[in-house]
Amino acid sequence: MKEKIRLGIIYALLAIFGLFMIVPFVWMVSTSLMTQSEFNKQEAVFIPKEEYHVWNTDGGQRRILVVQTEADSSVIHVLNKDLKIEQEYIKVPTKQIEKIVKKPSLHWDNYKKAFNKVPFAIYFKNTLFVSFASLIGVMITSFLAAYAFARMEFKGKQLIFLMFLSMMMVPAPIYLISSYMLLDKFNWLDTYQALIVPWCVNIFTIFMFRQHFRSLPKELFDAAMIDGASTFGILWRIVLPLSKPIIATASVFTLISSWNSFMWPLVMTNRPELRVLQVGLSYFNQEASTQTTLLMAASTFSILPILILFFLAQKQIIASTAKTGMKD
Amino acid sequence: MAKITIKNLNKFYDNGFHAVKDVSFEALDKEFMVLVGPSGCGKTTVLRLIAGLEEISSGEIWIGDKLVNNVHPKDRNIAMVFQNYALYPHMTVYDNMAFALKLRKEDKATIQKKVAHAAELLGIESMMKRRPAQLSGGQRQRVALGRAIVRNPQVFLFDEPLSNLDAKLRVQMRSEIVKLHRHLENTMIYVTHDQVEAMTMADRIVVMKDGVIHQIDTPLDIYNNPANMFVAGFIGSPAINLLDGRLEARDSQLCFVTEGVSIALTKTQEETLKSYKDKAIVFGIRPEDIYDARFDSMADAPQQIMALCDIVEPLGNEYHLQLKAGKDDLTARFDPKELPRAGEQLAISVDMAKAHFFDPETQLSLV
Repeated sequence: MKEKIRLGIIYALLAIFGLFMIVPFVWMVSTSLMTQSEFNKQEAVFIPKEEYHVWNTDGGQRRILVVQTEADSSVIHVLNKDLKIEQEYIKVPTKQIEKIVKKPSLHWDNYKKAFNKVPFAIYFKNTLFVSFASLIGVMITSFLAAYAFARMEFKGKQLIFLMFLSMMMVPAPIYLISSYMLLDKFNWLDTYQALIVPWCVNIFTIFMFRQHFRSLPKELFDAAMIDGASTFGILWRIVLPLSKPIIATASVFTLISSWNSFMWPLVMTNRPELRVLQVGLSYFNQEASTQTTLLMAASTFSILPILILFFLAQKQIIASTAKTGMKD
Repeated sequence: MAKITIKNLNKFYDNGFHAVKDVSFEALDKEFMVLVGPSGCGKTTVLRLIAGLEEISSGEIWIGDKLVNNVHPKDRNIAMVFQNYALYPHMTVYDNMAFALKLRKEDKATIQKKVAHAAELLGIESMMKRRPAQLSGGQRQRVALGRAIVRNPQVFLFDEPLSNLDAKLRVQMRSEIVKLHRHLENTMIYVTHDQVEAMTMADRIVVMKDGVIHQIDTPLDIYNNPANMFVAGFIGSPAINLLDGRLEARDSQLCFVTEGVSIALTKTQEETLKSYKDKAIVFGIRPEDIYDARFDSMADAPQQIMALCDIVEPLGNEYHLQLKAGKDDLTARFDPKELPRAGEQLAISVDMAKAHFFDPETQLSLV
């Protein structure tokens, strides 16, 4: 019983916090499906609805706009099929007017409008290319570096590793300017290289892989060595197959961070055809600043792929974040 | 064919630790050699040096007539079985066993034949498609053995292969490995901290401590003629009784004397130990060489020792007794017929012909 109460409290607290987390997200999605006029009403609704009035006449129902209402008679405009005004200022009995609320009324066309307003297709393509190119880079460099740190003996190993780790503590804006100058020297500004190459190494991934490699029993490496596998053979035939879960996790982390990267591409590139999603989104913000619903639609489809990825890899991520740091 | 010769082997670690100190021994062709010692004695390091998994600091390792100091592990013609099995978790049993052969690029039919042969030898044919995680500890150890066998190496190296198994399985696998050795006729070097394994399996035993070899001999020679106090104490269970005392002359006889014990030496012992008269000495007697004076009197009454029976440990087939003679503790192994109770005074006699004497300074065996 006591246990049940305890669990109940925990779940209630978790639910409340979960709610806090999810409300902005739900608000974004629901706003993206509203008409601008509904959003402008500033009502706290999560399910987009549509309200309009109809005039019930003998000849059927007509869609109308109410101009003025009094107890027994009202002044209205009558609308045609395209919701254009057909007849102006007609006086009708108020009881013939009916308010209709349609719920939900979802305006999916907001997405189409937002997508076509600026070249999101190009932004998506750029982001996909940059993300996956740097992902491949990160995987290769991290795998090799982590193997060296975990399994090889060389002078200054600990020191170099500590220096690597300490780099994680440096906030990104600090090296933004020096990176810019370096890329300028390479003549790489405004190129794909600028977006990809510097992100082909990720210290956190190296760290994660290293911890994982160290958790593999040393005898496995010894056995493979006696069996005649070369160092690369051990990596390829033994370590890689045993690292699938950690690779999946690291891939998700890497993809999320490169999908969301904003500052770096904003600073390092200028040409519109090199814009990645986050940069494009901010341009879109400026251009469509009054159209909140379109903004929200664009935001929603920008994070959708990463959201799907996260759901697919959810189990892996939770399992491996729970493990990082515990071993070793 | 493949004798192993180790000459003046030394291993220093980077932190300055001298793990293996000037170790030399020779394992003859087809010999089953056991390296035994307490943990941290350097036995596993010696094995890893032979395997080439660690670099030697100085000395020579010969396998057959080839100096292998700088030969890669895979070219040393050895196979190693590890304590934690070290099976590749993502491969089936078959793939585990075939891995080395595949790397050697042997053709498929040959691999299949060799693996099938090893599997049959070990009785694991039915598990070839399983993964290591689906096997019990004993089965995994068999697969690890199989992986070593298929490569048909000149030398097998075992690194405490049975210590992860439960006691019953350990006994069973012990005899299986011995049978395997008889069948395969390879040279085997087997590392263990378990003196029972060493005694039961070895052709010859190398006893190590602190990186130094203390004795190399057949199991019975080591048991009966330990070179020093460490070997005497390490081999045998329950352990040998070692008493600190002096040699004194009493009634024209040389006696070993402590506060609670006084016992005359045999004529041969007297002869050898003359020079220790009135000097400190360590007396060693194995528990099975102590008898209940009521039943098996090895000596006349004056030679008997009065002891207080402190603890009785019944094992069914025998009893272990913790005795107190004065300030000295003694362990004795009695037959079940003799039933002293805890708290009783007891007259015991010892078989002096089986006694050992050690120098307390050098710890070396004197008789």
